[in-house]
Amino acid sequence: MLEVIKQPWPWYIAGPLIGLTVPALLILGNKSFGISSSLRHACAACLPAKIPFFQYEWKKETWNLVFVLGIFLGGMVASHFLPNPGPIKVNENLARELAAYGITDFSAMVPLDIVSWENLLTAPGLIMMVGGGFLVGFGARYAGGCTSGHAIMGLSTLQWPSLVATIFFMVGGFVMANWILPIILSL
Amino acid sequence: MSNFTSEISREKEHEIRATDAMCINESQQDHQWYYNLKYLVTGVLFGIVFVKAEVISWFRIQEMFRLQSFHMYGIIGSAVLVGMLSVWLIKTFKIKTIHGEEITFSDKKFNRGQVYGGLIFGLGWGLTGACPGPLFAQIGLGATVVIVTLLSAIAGTWVYGRFREQLPH
Repeated sequence: MLEVIKQPWPWYIAGPLIGLTVPALLILGNKSFGISSSLRHACAACLPAKIPFFQYEWKKETWNLVFVLGIFLGGMVASHFLPNPGPIKVNENLARELAAYGITDFSAMVPLDIVSWENLLTAPGLIMMVGGGFLVGFGARYAGGCTSGHAIMGLSTLQWPSLVATIFFMVGGFVMANWILPIILSL
Repeated sequence: MSNFTSEISREKEHEIRATDAMCINESQQDHQWYYNLKYLVTGVLFGIVFVKAEVISWFRIQEMFRLQSFHMYGIIGSAVLVGMLSVWLIKTFKIKTIHGEEITFSDKKFNRGQVYGGLIFGLGWGLTGACPGPLFAQIGLGATVVIVTLLSAIAGTWVYGRFREQLPH
């Protein structure tokens, strides 16, 4: 049984389980599923700097910070007790394309040839980690949510603004992955 | 009179948080700190699914945006369907929380931020291969350098808050 669980889970198992987070949080305490708000609470707690956007009682949102701490711990649990028996299978076309940019290590969840402490100060590393993180944080707040808050919670509650946001998440991702990322990787 | 002012400040507080924190639902009951442990457990389970389904893999996200794999579409699609069905059931049968409170939903208002911000977020997602949730799971997995990405995301959030008034919405 444990051997089966250690294999990568198929989408039809994982997707419904992720979807069940929505009712789980609602039934546990009337909470709307959303992860990027934790970044806002972190700002409100650590560096509010009299900015109105961060002037609120973040302590009422402690649950959200506890939830993301749980995700972090979940990552630890999975890596210690349920490690994949083999390397990640990557689509052949993608593997070939990435190899041309010197990305050949598919053993981790992140491309270790770029995302590592040694490569943090290279141009692609800096753009991907520092630049990418900034875009994610800035964009999520500007859009009023991320994949969890808009694409999953928003669409589950039939909010059309969330559909707009989700469509533009995808547009941005397509543009980056297909046209901009190749340029960054060849730097 | 003091009741009246607290009513106003509560409304103002609600408005500030509603501007775009996704979660403005809150329990009206006072809970002990350990009540938050249930969210810790939910987070742990959620994180395990993230890792085991490789949702947090940079490679899976690249495959998604290059239309090279159905995996991520299947996950997001089925998650949304299950979420929709659950919300429908909760609304139809007026299911309450485990503490007996009513479950509430708030509508999201459209503003242009969903377009501009959505686009910016998408660019970042394609680059880092991770939205905020997976960042936490990747760090837990042992990719400590992702702490830099997370701090940068927090910085991005802060800069947005700082210049919010000057940005088109």
